[in-house]
Amino acid sequence: MAADYSQEPILKVEHMKQYFKVSSSFTVKAVDDVSFDIYPGETYGLVGESGSGKTTIGRGIIRLYDPTDGKITFKGADITGKLDKDTFKLLRTKMQMIFQDPMASLNPRKKIGDIIGEGLDIHKMYSTKEERKQKIDRILAMVGLAAEHYDRYPYQFSGGQRQRVGIARALIMNPELIIADECISALDVSIQAQVVNLMKDIQEETGAAYLFIAHDLSMVKYISDRIGVLHLGRMLETGTTQEIFSRPLHPYTRSLLSAIPSPNPRTEKGRTALEYDYATSGLDYDKGTLTKVEGSHYVHGTAKEIAEWMESTS
Amino acid sequence: MADKILDIRNLDITFTTTAGPVHAIRGVNMDLERGETVAIVGESGSGKSVVMKTAMGILAGNAVINSGEIIFRYKEDDGSTQEVDILKKEKKWIRKNINGRKISMIFQDPMTSLDPTMTIGKQLMEGMIMHLKISPKEAAARAVQLLSEVGITEPGRRMKQYPHQLSGGMRQRVVIAMAISCNPDLLICDEPTTALDVTIQAKILELIKKLQADHGISVIYITHDLGVVAKVADYVNVMYAGKIVEVGNIEEIFYEPRHPYTWGLLSAMPDLETDDSRLYTIPGSPPNLLHEVKGDAFAPRNQYALKIDSLKEPPMFKISETHYAATWLLDPRAPKVEMPEELSRRIQRMKKEVKEDGSRL
Ligand SMILES: Nc1ncnc2c1ncn2[C@@H]1O[C@H](COP(=O)(O)OP(=O)(O)OP(=O)(O)O)[C@@H](O)[C@H]1O
Ligand SMILES: Nc1ncnc2c1ncn2[C@@H]1O[C@H](COP(=O)(O)OP(=O)(O)OP(=O)(O)O)[C@@H](O)[C@H]1O
Ligand SMILES: [Mg+2]
Ligand SMILES: [Mg+2]
Repeated sequence: MAADYSQEPILKVEHMKQYFKVSSSFTVKAVDDVSFDIYPGETYGLVGESGSGKTTIGRGIIRLYDPTDGKITFKGADITGKLDKDTFKLLRTKMQMIFQDPMASLNPRKKIGDIIGEGLDIHKMYSTKEERKQKIDRILAMVGLAAEHYDRYPYQFSGGQRQRVGIARALIMNPELIIADECISALDVSIQAQVVNLMKDIQEETGAAYLFIAHDLSMVKYISDRIGVLHLGRMLETGTTQEIFSRPLHPYTRSLLSAIPSPNPRTEKGRTALEYDYATSGLDYDKGTLTKVEGSHYVHGTAKEIAEWMESTS
Repeated sequence: MADKILDIRNLDITFTTTAGPVHAIRGVNMDLERGETVAIVGESGSGKSVVMKTAMGILAGNAVINSGEIIFRYKEDDGSTQEVDILKKEKKWIRKNINGRKISMIFQDPMTSLDPTMTIGKQLMEGMIMHLKISPKEAAARAVQLLSEVGITEPGRRMKQYPHQLSGGMRQRVVIAMAISCNPDLLICDEPTTALDVTIQAKILELIKKLQADHGISVIYITHDLGVVAKVADYVNVMYAGKIVEVGNIEEIFYEPRHPYTWGLLSAMPDLETDDSRLYTIPGSPPNLLHEVKGDAFAPRNQYALKIDSLKEPPMFKISETHYAATWLLDPRAPKVEMPEELSRRIQRMKKEVKEDGSRL
């Protein structure tokens, strides 16, 4: 199934803020007024430099934090304030997160099968033991693991296999939205390719939407329908993958794209990426707003700045 | 320029496990000249980290070294050159004289090198006070300087934060700052930039390059990011199942790869130029080293495998002074096999890109 833009978005994030107070004089504005939405079956890639707030957004959406401000709507339900029982269950079943470090997120003393079945157990999503086993076996097969793997422990798997376990654990709940935080960064290229192909296949089969958080832009380009570019907790530019890659407008986006390393030593050796330094950029993020350029392409800036960027890229 | 800083000969290591012996490193040779950069690439589990941990004398307790030597030549503070076989030295001696001082390692997972109960400022200063014998005040100033060099803003404030209060990429940059804080002769980076976004990654790589030029540091990169390899490395070692299966200078590996496993690795990279609906993956999985490998370890996954591959292990065939590969396809008696057409087209395109760029050639 491809992204379905005729329906209502499955996830709407409006003016999300997440502040952390570190000391009486130092507050980190990890996420500062961020809005975006994701449609059923769509893959939305979230990119941005380290510390820009990607993980915080993911964790805020799945409510591991209480957002400082803003509104998040999932499948029509407001999931921002205090959650009633039904909304909480909706959130914990229909939305799943795959964490960055597969090893740290898997209980070392539990068998793989039981790790994968944990969500089923908590939400009592089966009536018989056989049904539980069947469900787990089906997911194991889906992610390319064998039924015999059920009784193994996490350390007995390779990095790529462990990442599949993380994916299986998310999938078994039949989620409609999967938040994947850097889920392939720690894997080597050949396994990255396996996992990304697998995620694409699963999307075809189940129609799940993905929030794909990553810093590897070549992978993001490959998997995403739309992309959001984050910097210092702000959404600076968003649009279809095509729009962002063919006509990046914001200077930060442009520097990000120019930094993608290519496996070509002769061009790579001599090249330096475009510099972008907020302090000396002359931009003031407080003054700009996220403004529509064309189609689904939006960029953050003042009218004057945006006019200049459009001028220089046309 | 025979100024070898590291010389690993015939390294062979087995781990004892409850399931039986795991023959993880099966005869590795590798050398490194002063000031040079070498990359080690290869699939997860191929032995990259184990080789480098051995060089730092921090191998796990269940490891048995069957054979080999690791000769390390470093400069003493008085300028004289020392030569040691790391494998013959006691762990305690290595910890005191080599680790963090002459050889620094940036580990794959930054959390393992940081103490969660200590502020990052304190952790940074500790090593410098111990190894460089400078005052806490000097150390603090240098720590702030290092943090800003690795791209951390508001370094003064960040000094007082604990690791969990930083983002993943920031933690990694703190670890990098720690590793370079005592001016090592050799820097080993185990997947140093996987947690970093491309702009910071580019900055860190450029920073390491600069330090390298300024101080004549040699660097070993363990990475699966071939873009990083292309940017930084002079030589590349391709590892598979505990062996180096191809070694060459950067151009030989990227433009004239000869081992089918290297072909697979290069093909699996996503390509910004093409819009294939699926990425290439190497079929099958690496061998279980609990069982002794017979013949070429890559044979079961190799579509070009010959009959001899399942019987006899291929030697390193010489292709040029710097380029060697362990595959029977290079034997004069082997049928002529070319690399996959898709890869060959990609290499042609990369070379063309260079011409259009006009940069060098
Ligand atoms: N629990 C916390 N307490 C204080 N500050 C925090 C906390 N969690 C995150 N931060 C801060 O919020 C900012 C955003 O962090 P976040 O982890 O979301 O970044 P990220 O975009 O995921 O970065 P990376 O690519 O490095 O993982 C950082 O400045 C970080 O230090
Ligand atoms: N202490 C140990 N006991 C038993 N086996 C071990 C031990 N340490 C490593 N191994 C095994 O040795 C092999 C090589 O491991 P190593 O960590 O060097 O892989 P790697 O190439 O660094 O992989 P990655 O890219 O996933 O980091 C693996 O099969 C691993 O399971
Ligand atoms: Mg993160
Ligand atoms: Mg490793």
